[in-house]
Amino acid sequence: MINKNIYNLLLVFCASVQLNAQQIPAQKQTKSVLILNATAHLGNGKVIENSAIGFKDGKLTLVADATIIRLADNAFDTTINAAGKHVYPGFISPNSTLGLVEIDAVKSSDDEAEIGDFNPNVRSIIAYNSESKVIETVRPNGVLIAQITPRGGRISGTSSVVQLDAWSWSDAILKENDGIHLNFPATFKRGGNWFEPGIIEPNKDYIKQVEEVNTFLINAKAYSGAAPKERNLILEATKGLFDGTQILYVHADEEKQIIDAIQLAKDNGIQKLVVVGGFEAYKSADLLKKNNVGVLLRRVHDMPTSDDEDVNLPYKMAKILTDKGIIVGLENSGDHERMSVRNLPFLAGTCAAFGLDKETALQLITSNTSQLLGIDALCGTLETGKDATLFISEGDALDMRTNQLSTAFIQGREINLETHQTKLNKKFKQKFNQQ
Amino acid sequence: MKKALLLLFLSVFLTKMHAQDYFPINESVHNKNNNYTVFTNATIYVTPNQKIEKGTLLIQDGKIVSVGTNIAIPKNSITINLEGKTIYPSFIDLYTTFGIEKPKRNLTGGRRDASYDTKRVGFYWNESIRPETNSYESFTYDQPKADELLKAGFGVVSTHIADGVAQGTGALIALNNTDDKNRIISNKLTNHFAFTKSALTNQAYPSSLMGMMALLRQMYLDLDWYKKGNAENKDLSLEALANNEKLIQIFATEDKLNSLRAAKIAKEFGLNYILKGSGNEFERIEEIKNTNAKFIIPISFPEAYDVSNPYQSNQIELADMRFWNQAPTNLKVLSDNGVVFALTTDKLKKIEDFRTNLLKAIKLGFDKTKALEALTTIPASILGKSNEIGSLKAGCFANFVITSGEIFDEKTILFENWVQGSKFVINDINGKDIRGNYDLTIGKDTYKWKIEGTAEAPKSDLTTADAKKIKSTFSVAKNWISLLVKPADTIKSNYTRLTGFIEKPEILSGKAVLSNGEETQWTAVRTSAFIAIKDTLKPEKPIAIMPTTYPNVAFGDSKKLTAQTLLFKNATVWTNEKEGILTETDVLIKNGKIAAVGKNLSDATATVVDAKGKHITSGIIDEHSHIAISKGVNESGHNSTAEVTIQDVVNSEDINIYRDLAGGVTISQLLHGSANPIGGRSAIVKWKWGAAPEDMLYKNQPKFIKFALGENVKQANWGIDNPTRFPQTRMGVEQVFIDYFQRAKEYDESWKKFKANSKKEKAPRVDLEMETLAEILNKERFITCHSYVESEILMLMNVAEKFNFNVNTFTHILEGYKVADKMKAHGVGASTFSDWWAYKFEVNDAIPFNGPIMHNAGVVVAYNSDDAEMSRRLNQEAAKAVKYGNIPEEEAWKFVTLNPAKLLHIDDKVGSIKMGKDADVVLWSDNPLSIYAKAEKTIIEGVVYFDIEKDAEKQAAITKERNILIGQMLQEKNKGGQTQTPTKKEKKEYHCDTLEE
Repeated sequence: MINKNIYNLLLVFCASVQLNAQQIPAQKQTKSVLILNATAHLGNGKVIENSAIGFKDGKLTLVADATIIRLADNAFDTTINAAGKHVYPGFISPNSTLGLVEIDAVKSSDDEAEIGDFNPNVRSIIAYNSESKVIETVRPNGVLIAQITPRGGRISGTSSVVQLDAWSWSDAILKENDGIHLNFPATFKRGGNWFEPGIIEPNKDYIKQVEEVNTFLINAKAYSGAAPKERNLILEATKGLFDGTQILYVHADEEKQIIDAIQLAKDNGIQKLVVVGGFEAYKSADLLKKNNVGVLLRRVHDMPTSDDEDVNLPYKMAKILTDKGIIVGLENSGDHERMSVRNLPFLAGTCAAFGLDKETALQLITSNTSQLLGIDALCGTLETGKDATLFISEGDALDMRTNQLSTAFIQGREINLETHQTKLNKKFKQKFNQQ
Repeated sequence: MKKALLLLFLSVFLTKMHAQDYFPINESVHNKNNNYTVFTNATIYVTPNQKIEKGTLLIQDGKIVSVGTNIAIPKNSITINLEGKTIYPSFIDLYTTFGIEKPKRNLTGGRRDASYDTKRVGFYWNESIRPETNSYESFTYDQPKADELLKAGFGVVSTHIADGVAQGTGALIALNNTDDKNRIISNKLTNHFAFTKSALTNQAYPSSLMGMMALLRQMYLDLDWYKKGNAENKDLSLEALANNEKLIQIFATEDKLNSLRAAKIAKEFGLNYILKGSGNEFERIEEIKNTNAKFIIPISFPEAYDVSNPYQSNQIELADMRFWNQAPTNLKVLSDNGVVFALTTDKLKKIEDFRTNLLKAIKLGFDKTKALEALTTIPASILGKSNEIGSLKAGCFANFVITSGEIFDEKTILFENWVQGSKFVINDINGKDIRGNYDLTIGKDTYKWKIEGTAEAPKSDLTTADAKKIKSTFSVAKNWISLLVKPADTIKSNYTRLTGFIEKPEILSGKAVLSNGEETQWTAVRTSAFIAIKDTLKPEKPIAIMPTTYPNVAFGDSKKLTAQTLLFKNATVWTNEKEGILTETDVLIKNGKIAAVGKNLSDATATVVDAKGKHITSGIIDEHSHIAISKGVNESGHNSTAEVTIQDVVNSEDINIYRDLAGGVTISQLLHGSANPIGGRSAIVKWKWGAAPEDMLYKNQPKFIKFALGENVKQANWGIDNPTRFPQTRMGVEQVFIDYFQRAKEYDESWKKFKANSKKEKAPRVDLEMETLAEILNKERFITCHSYVESEILMLMNVAEKFNFNVNTFTHILEGYKVADKMKAHGVGASTFSDWWAYKFEVNDAIPFNGPIMHNAGVVVAYNSDDAEMSRRLNQEAAKAVKYGNIPEEEAWKFVTLNPAKLLHIDDKVGSIKMGKDADVVLWSDNPLSIYAKAEKTIIEGVVYFDIEKDAEKQAAITKERNILIGQMLQEKNKGGQTQTPTKKEKKEYHCDTLEE
């Protein structure tokens, strides 16, 4: 009986939704918008209970307490009354391969990893498929920005940051070539082969491999200093590391790797360093803090790395690092990583369940990430002057039960929250409705 | 001295003369030696429990003639006076591959081009069944290895070819270095089994441990059928197996849980396996004891890890460190629990470690008499050879060890090991102890010479008169000294060479050849005798042994947990019953059941838990899990493997069990993977952390089997270029099902006919695969079928309907929403993912609205994990039904509790909070669907298996224990003990499509 009522209710609900064509990028903002009376989570730790959020020409022009601010009636073209609802800055998914692979098991749809060891010149942005069906499914959960990152090799390549509503990769760019990704040599490796799986043992080549990276960086730095007679595309691609315009993202989980990576960066005059993964970062927190190195923390919905660890350690990790004064963002690489980008908010929610207060947890996928990616002037918080990349949720967006987006804006453009999945949902609900 | 030399000569001469009487002699004339050898005045252990002081042992022709104190010594006897010495029976090793070359894996093949049919003709269909193999046929005497074994005290070993599941016969070999005719005591004495695939086959089956279990069962069934003359073909393997039934059946298990598994098969078929274990039996001693089996136990204790580098030592897991600490206690634990076992040198890196390790075990409390029994009388009795080996009774082989004293005393020297009357010298019995400080004179030069070390292997330290160290090389053999001296005052490389025969240790002398070739005399006068430094020190204190936990890994409990009486007060209770969600309600748990649900409950015996503001639900049930499975989730060797069962391979020691509990999971269905259209049978388990595998199995559980459709079964993503396994398309998948069900139907009918027929014709063959499939047709077993796309879902329902049964559950079922109406009509349930997609081509149309649409269409819907990580937060997954489908919270919660219970047909006992149901209950910190909820207590049948507060204590204890163990290992390294590089075993997290090999 209960079921039937819900069923009817749902039918009413879906009949009221328009069947839009999907993935048509929204047009440039022409009319100014004011979102009134929502609880605004600014992404910097602050909350405005009854807020007035306004934006024009893609930029936030007003972030204020609605009970204090006075506005002229015609100050904004459109007003959305969002009383009882919540406004958030768009969530940011760093170290993502969205748009680089469509279907995991289909090799021909995979453009994430180039062959060879040192590929800083390889650029993810040109392979980014802004039409990916996966991308449209992450937006309805609030993920509106992503760092598209190549995989593989020692230096995988150069990433770029995109907003997730664009006709093509060039339209999607928020920050092109934001950084270079180094997969730091592992101190342990798996031995054996397929018929006799081995044990995990110390990597005997670790020192040699670290030296290879060092040699590469020494050469890269030397190259960056003078105008070369003959261009070297590989070395040239790293120039930004030495003048501070690009970030070196070191993918490393182990304590030893992190210590060695920081030393290597220092020795070679690399200006900006971010650790990606960083599962043992808490063990070298002081060093990270001293060197102003932040961490894009490994998927927190992952297993502990050892049987002996607190079973909830991954859930607590963000809290541990935050308490030690490290800037932490959450990344989501691993199994099913593209489709599960939409679960990014719930990674932050889990961190809140295990110790962080909710607004600090929110920072893990907003302001902290934007700071670590060097895009904090553009996005990551609801502050005037920044892009109007934000959304309205019916409730707490970090909790599955209440993460219900009614409206989302990227650079002031109201984006379509439909997907091929919502289309199929409607199609088959209609099928059963007709029966 | 001359007498000793003569004796030595004689004994060699006499033993050389053994030969079979009827063998032609071409090198000399007939020369049979009928002399006796008599050992007098010795302490003689006839058996470990029968000791004779001042005894006499009389042997002739390789056998013991008599033993005692009052023995008449025949005239033609050679007498050896063993005053002060002790004689023990030589040891027996029941489990070796002595003299057998290890079969090598054929690397030209591999998983990717595995074959399915056998290449053999006239033998069993599976090439890992090789009972027709006889080890004696490929045996060659390995003298260097024999010497190692003889030095360790062994006289007789059993050998076999360790290859395959049924490995064939083993032979009993005497380590008789001089007489090759009598070495083989028995050519077929043992019959060997193991959970190992033959290295000599490219056949894909069996690829998993459960496959090997099933293969063994089928083999025994086929044997019975074959013996009764029912087969029409000749099968040399089964014939050999039948012939070998009377032999000693030895099963190498290599793990405590595998020992329980082998014992399970033995019980099913009324067999008596001698189980060759691994050394970790103490971790499950109760269950090991209850097998009532006899064991063969190796003593290859692990080396300490080198923990000097903290970055590396971090990676070693507590369980591995703890095993290093505890392994030497295994023998004591086995012995204390009355387990009968023999010892083996198997798995030792070096045979010489045998004595070291055994002495270590004895130091830790293993009884010396038991140790001797485990090396002599017990193996002899296991082999049924007590009248020939293992003791010094008259008539036995003259296999004995002569020692300087009590054999398991550290200081005791092993002198000689006689096998079949043939002497092997370990240490010179007449060797003189020359240890002490000497003044050495070579020509005009004088030196200080210190001889130390052990009496049988002394070491030398040479210095000049003014205490400068001089390089020298020293050895003593048969009382001949040899010393090479490099003079300190020259840079020449020429050595001065000293030799000399030891007459008496007080004054040594002999000939010296100087570096220039001149010869002269040397003498050394002892100035003081040797004093062992060790004797003056206190005996080293053995390290503290860590307590064993259940299971013996991190987060194990120090004792098996018991049920409590618990009263939760003022909780929000999600009943999953018509009462719905009750607020401010009490729940009483007693005798493992939910005793009451209501307001203001009280119970004088109960521990009261204030649950105000907290939520109580029934435990989460994961309909689709692959955690805690040993050695393979897929038996991918055939396209149908209905004969295998996950119930055989539940791994009670997997940390993922505890992690699941921490996420509120109490029950899981452990499913076979999805490599085959017809997979294996399931295990429904309750996560009773600490219990043995059999005790985790849900009692009287409904029977399930895993089926699969789509990309996995057609091997779409296996990377095979030239597939040979049918099916490769969805079209073929249907044919597989129709074929198998048709055959199962005919099989079932033939058995029904046979049973009804009073005349009893030839019995049909029992086929475990067909039995299982017939159960489905007879509605005694349910199908959980891995499925994705609309077409295949309909197909299987149609096939089932044609054979007049229903599919019970579709799992994955990501396009279920497209055919929800047809599923409802068929009566099948759905266990799906909340939001998975994009990982394969067939999940292109997977949508997060799938569960809600099916639910709204009236299908029973569950959300499952298929993933070790996700299974510990299924509460979050249930909440996604609220998010994507607006399913009311109360109903969404049932997706991970009551609905899977219904799908598993266990909702009569679990799945809701109702009086009388099993107390499988979780206390949550918050609304369980909320991202902010944490499981605080997870209870199964009244036992609190996870408690968030106790968990914190366990973490602290782990840190503490790790520190203690690291300290112990550092100490071991500082002492100069052997260490190994830190490593850890890779743990496989199984998914549906994980292939073993």
